[in-house]
Amino acid sequence: MARHRVINLGWPRILVVTLAALVATVAPLPDWLELMRPDFVALTVLWFTLLSPRLTGLFYAWGAGLALDAFNGVLLGQHALALIVITYVASKLRLQVRAFPPLQQSAVILALLFLNEFLLFWLDGVAGHPVTDWRRWLAVLVGAACWPLVTGLYSRVAARR
Amino acid sequence: MTSHEPDSRPLLLGGPALGLRLIVFAIMSAGLMVADHRQHHLAVIRDWMSAAVYPFQWAVQAPLAAWTATRESFASRARIEADNVRLASDNLVLRLKLMRFESLEQENQRLRAARESSARVVQRTLVAEIVRVDLDPFRQRVLVNKGSRDGVFRSQAALDANGIFGQVTRAGPVSAEVILISDPEHAIPVQINRTGARSIALGTGRSGLLSLPYLPQNADVVAGDLLVSSGLGGVYPPGYPVGRVTTVTRDPGQPLLAVEAEPLAALDRDPEVLLVWFDNAVVEPEPEN
Repeated sequence: MARHRVINLGWPRILVVTLAALVATVAPLPDWLELMRPDFVALTVLWFTLLSPRLTGLFYAWGAGLALDAFNGVLLGQHALALIVITYVASKLRLQVRAFPPLQQSAVILALLFLNEFLLFWLDGVAGHPVTDWRRWLAVLVGAACWPLVTGLYSRVAARR
Repeated sequence: MTSHEPDSRPLLLGGPALGLRLIVFAIMSAGLMVADHRQHHLAVIRDWMSAAVYPFQWAVQAPLAAWTATRESFASRARIEADNVRLASDNLVLRLKLMRFESLEQENQRLRAARESSARVVQRTLVAEIVRVDLDPFRQRVLVNKGSRDGVFRSQAALDANGIFGQVTRAGPVSAEVILISDPEHAIPVQINRTGARSIALGTGRSGLLSLPYLPQNADVVAGDLLVSSGLGGVYPPGYPVGRVTTVTRDPGQPLLAVEAEPLAALDRDPEVLLVWFDNAVVEPEPEN
């Protein structure tokens, strides 16, 4: 029986990757580029969920979300809630999505990132400070477009012993 | 090396346990959000978290800061000399102003003493550097490198050399978050310096624009008017410049004027801000029943 490629990431490497995503989320960028910054943490969580789900789970997504809330200084639990929801959906779709060609995978990621952003948008509104600027959805498109890059990069990180 | 042992871990994850865990985590998140938003119960945890992430936030901007410092140290002699000349002449002008200021201050104190009202001027300042991290592109907030260890407190006023900058929304142990006056959630009580009329300047989300939506059609306001803080509300010291009116749109169909102003503080270019302490004599009005 041919066993599929085992991705052998230890916790140290998972932490480093997550931390890199968090840092990339707050790294200073020029204004025009800042608006298009994809949600790196959501992409990372989705990558782990879809491609190596045995390593991480809802708890990881929740922790990453809380860390993101702390980094951004927003309402504590906001990103955490959005991330566990998309993680749940992604783990349900995992077996189909893994078999999809890259373009189709990106489409699924687009839907998941949209769900993530929509939850954040909704929670912003509930908390009483809605951000109705249409440009907040740009990051979703950019995130989905970045998915092939993310998979390529992370597979390399994961393959390195 | 290939292993021939069957992998005992389940290929299909999830099942009822995953849904259950989702619900548990969702309830925990909701609980956190409510506690954080409504009751501010999480102050201790937030302080702790902000202290934990601060080294990373600092590290993110360190290369940029190092680059700026390097460029500074290799600045040309001509530029430094030009700066020196300019600063010397600035200094002369400021000293002249200060001479007048001191006599005016004494006079002001005498008059205030006669009226038995206390002067609410800035007594102590602390320079805080802005940590260059992007918190949220749609909110006008910055992180500064001073926190409650340095005596920074929530809703403390922050100024720069030209005017009012914002106020502290969260003071962690070693860092604090400052909301700019241009944030859409921010409102500052102002006074038109020329007429003394009071109003409120709201942020718009753009760093070069404030809006004053509560002035009546017959208000005496023209483009170029200076807006100063009125000190009502007790967060900001009174009499400090906030902005300058840029446009006044009188639409007879509307009950109120549409007035736009430009903040005087360099909101998007400041490398550092001044956190101020002043003697706040405003008594909060008792809520009426």
